[in-house]
Amino acid sequence: MIKSEWFFWLVGAAFLIMALQMTVDRSNPRRWGSAAFWGLLGICFVYSTWVVDKSLPAEPLGVAVLAMICLGGFEFTGKGVPRTTNERERTELAARWGNKLFIPALTIPLVAVLCSAVLDKWSIGGEPVLEDGSETILGLGIGAIIALGVGMWVLHERRPTVPVHAGRSLLESMGWALLLPQLLAVLGSIFQAAGVGTQVGKITEQVLPDGQRLAAVALYCVGMAVFTIIMGNAFAAFPVMTAAVGWPVLVEQMDGNAAAVMAVGMLAGFCGTLVTPMAANFNLVPAALLELKDQYGPIKAQAPTAAAMLGCNIAIIYLFAF
Amino acid sequence: MVVLLGVLVVILGFATRRNPLLVVGVAGIATGLLGELSPVEILRAFGDGFASSRSVTIFAITLPVIGLLERNGLQQQARTLIGKLGKLTTGRFLALYLALRQLTAAFGLQSIGGPAQSVRPMIAPMAEAAAERRNGGRPLPERVREKVRSHSSATDTVGLFFGEDCFLAIGSILLITGFVNSTYDTHLEPLSLALWAVPTAVCAFLIHGARLLRLDGTLDRELAASTADSATEAAQESAK
Repeated sequence: MIKSEWFFWLVGAAFLIMALQMTVDRSNPRRWGSAAFWGLLGICFVYSTWVVDKSLPAEPLGVAVLAMICLGGFEFTGKGVPRTTNERERTELAARWGNKLFIPALTIPLVAVLCSAVLDKWSIGGEPVLEDGSETILGLGIGAIIALGVGMWVLHERRPTVPVHAGRSLLESMGWALLLPQLLAVLGSIFQAAGVGTQVGKITEQVLPDGQRLAAVALYCVGMAVFTIIMGNAFAAFPVMTAAVGWPVLVEQMDGNAAAVMAVGMLAGFCGTLVTPMAANFNLVPAALLELKDQYGPIKAQAPTAAAMLGCNIAIIYLFAF
Repeated sequence: MVVLLGVLVVILGFATRRNPLLVVGVAGIATGLLGELSPVEILRAFGDGFASSRSVTIFAITLPVIGLLERNGLQQQARTLIGKLGKLTTGRFLALYLALRQLTAAFGLQSIGGPAQSVRPMIAPMAEAAAERRNGGRPLPERVREKVRSHSSATDTVGLFFGEDCFLAIGSILLITGFVNSTYDTHLEPLSLALWAVPTAVCAFLIHGARLLRLDGTLDRELAASTADSATEAAQESAK
């Protein structure tokens, strides 16, 4: 059976190799800070395996996470000058390779889909080929590895250092923003452990006017969006708002259709995800990847759609769920 | 009540544009202390949270192959390809991508797109190339290029968000059934939740699609304005 932990080790190893390369990259003014940040991340990826199965303590990992926060937060990381092709060379290369260049790029999603749709059902000797529940993660990983092989073959590239250097340049240009989504997930779990959810439920009970259906629906949807904006994650907002308004008021008291209320309520939360820097992986990471000067560019492009969609979701629950 | 101060730390931190990593770190520690967790328990919470959320960061594994393709001219080729599709404007191209992204996500193919896999290497360069053609083949002014790239990313995200919930084996649907069925001792079917996501998906396509089609007009105006600007500059330059 192919386990998802193996794949996490591979990702960890990739971070470690790139960190080693950073230590000798003199074009990076903050090479030691960068190497420490990415090296620590690589070690944490591997160490986490034993935290998940509870055979090693989680506290050292917590210390390492705080160390990475300090390295990134106090700007000890930087980037070197990438050894790559210039615009003119790229135009010539594009003319030489033509549409073959798309083959490896499309291999990643194709393999990912094959893994979750087909390989998912295969088993050898009663044991599934891919670990249960990890098909999507493994699909992405296997897709990336196969695509790398296909890419090197199509482009007649024999040196494995070339893609590693190219990947490291992208990594350095994204910087610590790459780690932010994961840290926000960590923050969500700390909020849960400290009881932030229960408190919000109590406050909601006090503000809700009795028996007004539209107000209750609006409160649920706007609350989902606002909480998502704060937490950066609709999954974290859902239990809070559903326990506070969705289930007790909309479903039990007003006899709403539970499936409609819950499904559309979650989508109201997604409207919040579209406009918050806290949802870094959807908003800040693309801005970094696209090298935008304004890191809020995607949020600005999404905001009008998000506002309109919040209105649509309120209307859908109000009109069709009762 | 005091644990809500942790939420306040987050809001203040982002409002005053502090470094997001530090905001998260300080808010996590503060909330833990206010929620009466011991320092060791807080460290454990940070560690456990990191270990169980690693899948969020694994897209980094696609960077070497994307980097390899880029240094061999992937973005330039994407431009050439879109350059051959004469009638496709930036807005129409992105509207087409929105439909594709929503449909594929609704069939469970969420990883077919994304900022690292498709937007940076293919979608954004193609959208830019379409805008450049409207600009008479000249490179785009900075402001316009930022806008085209922002909208490329936005289209990918909107398509994913309001497509994926029509698929029943997606995280959010499983979260809803898991939470509701176990907390309230009831039985919600993933399929009925997925069907209730369809009206919102249709609204999202109509609203965002209409905005993308209007984007062409906005871009044309901004391009005309910047051409006029540079023309005046050139005129002043020669008048000296």
